[in-house]
Amino acid sequence: MSLLELRAVDKIFGGLHAVRGVSFQVEKGAIFGLIGPNGAGKTTLFNVITGVYTPEHGQILFEGRNIAGLKPALIAERGVARTFQNIRIFRTMTVAENVMVAGHHLHKASIADAMLRTRSYERDEQALTKRAQELLEVLGLAELAHEVAGSLPYGSQRRLEIARGLMLSPQLLLLDEPAAGMNSQEARTLNEQIRFLRDQLGLTVILVEHNMAVVMNVCETIHVVDHGETIAQGTPAEIKSHPKVLAAYLGEEQPGNQALA
Amino acid sequence: MRALIRFGIAALILLAIYGLEFGVEAAFTEYVQRIILLAGINVILAVGLNLINGTTGQFSIGHAGFMAVGAYGAAFVGVKLAPPVHGALGSGPLADAVVFNVALLVGALFAGISGLIVGMPSLRLRGDYLAVVTLGFGEIIRILFNNATFLGSATGYSGDDPSGLPAYTNFFWVFAWATAIVTLIHNLTFSQTGRSLTAIREDEIAAEAMATPTTRLKVTAFAISAATAGVAGGLFAHMQAGVRPEDFRFERSIDMIVMIIVGGLGSISGAILGGIFVAVSLELMRDLQQYRLVLYALLLIVIMIVRPEGLLGTRELHHLLRRKKTAKPATPTESA
Repeated sequence: MSLLELRAVDKIFGGLHAVRGVSFQVEKGAIFGLIGPNGAGKTTLFNVITGVYTPEHGQILFEGRNIAGLKPALIAERGVARTFQNIRIFRTMTVAENVMVAGHHLHKASIADAMLRTRSYERDEQALTKRAQELLEVLGLAELAHEVAGSLPYGSQRRLEIARGLMLSPQLLLLDEPAAGMNSQEARTLNEQIRFLRDQLGLTVILVEHNMAVVMNVCETIHVVDHGETIAQGTPAEIKSHPKVLAAYLGEEQPGNQALA
Repeated sequence: MRALIRFGIAALILLAIYGLEFGVEAAFTEYVQRIILLAGINVILAVGLNLINGTTGQFSIGHAGFMAVGAYGAAFVGVKLAPPVHGALGSGPLADAVVFNVALLVGALFAGISGLIVGMPSLRLRGDYLAVVTLGFGEIIRILFNNATFLGSATGYSGDDPSGLPAYTNFFWVFAWATAIVTLIHNLTFSQTGRSLTAIREDEIAAEAMATPTTRLKVTAFAISAATAGVAGGLFAHMQAGVRPEDFRFERSIDMIVMIIVGGLGSISGAILGGIFVAVSLELMRDLQQYRLVLYALLLIVIMIVRPEGLLGTRELHHLLRRKKTAKPATPTESA
């Protein structure tokens, strides 16, 4: 059984068929790339998977159960974490606090416990702080734990979003353009971090990315969408030379073009 | 051991407030004492409102309604509870304390339940629905009390005794309650729940994606906020001979918003300062009563231009002091 399976998913906004009959399977432990030109429906697919949108048709099976139409918080609780294309960190909070927000499942103490600062509250708080610190170390942000998140450089904010997502102890991590705005050095570090997440933390990763150096390097399977429809799926080598992909990106078929290399 | 220490600290604080009461009574005229009591009540109102408007970022502009529910609830329960309690405990200060505090708690409960009723439908949605609904609620409650004959209609409720409601409210009770509420709300704000509430304010979509039960937390925070306004209402009711619907007009909700904006939305110490500021400035502007909304509007405009984040922004006084202390020695950054 695949960890995530989309079956003929449709998402329609008024007259716009943003996603049309998209199906794919993501195996456990995969690093799966989702690419396509601007406006192809990649982020819409992420929003459908994470419950921000309810698909009009189709099923989204996570660990074999249909999650289509569930509330985002519930899907997150089941183990689907994500980052956002246009960074959505909690800007006025510190880096550590940002990560701790996602630690609900580690913090069982009630509101009354919090108000009265009981022992169980303090125990949970300590566990949460410790876990947040560990995750910040994984992403190389430990030194910045007490900085205000909004003051971080762009690349660090992106990594903070990943750390925050990891706090959910997810099975599946959806990264929406994690390399956007990163320089090539930062992008290389990102490649290593994504592999680390899969190899060391056992995560399955789905990646939406325009930076082809990252996608081709780190993904094992790539799924290409254009105008909301699947046009190809395959290994990086297959996708690089796929005529439909080249057509979608360049507007015409030009065998041997190096734009995607 | 821990519980014992805490109990000791609480007892010491209460003792200090009790001692202060004598000082205040000796040092100030009754007029000044009344302003001090109003300042204490304002602190409760402001800190409670700040939880929802400041920390959670969901704007309520009808908190006078919850204050009214608490005021009427506490007054009514206080009046009805007094005879049996006096029968059982005699008519000393102990019986009065029991009646008063039970009345305040019941008033807070009523206000909290009204908060749940108002909050549940309007906080399920993202956006500014709460402002619209609370605005309506504040007016509906006032008009309801205006027409409730068993609560004295427009002349207000003053109990069964012709001398009016008993004047239970004094320095000790106002500041004991204020201390308790500020402590509880401070602890809540600086906890996982508080972090989640702030996350909702900062970015509700991201908060949801991080498994935060946003609706439940917003409604809970709102109900707590409404309940604290209820306590303030109960204290306010027992400062005078009766509670009248016109004590809870829209202007009072605006007063509360001014308190938290002056102090800095999202800051508890700011709310405390703002509460005191409004109590004092209302007295200074007593002769200009009908112009106060104009003056407050002017003040808000000046704040928006000069210091849009309010006096303290989202910072807390004790955090600023602590930072200054730790900032002096050049300690290496924490890393483990």
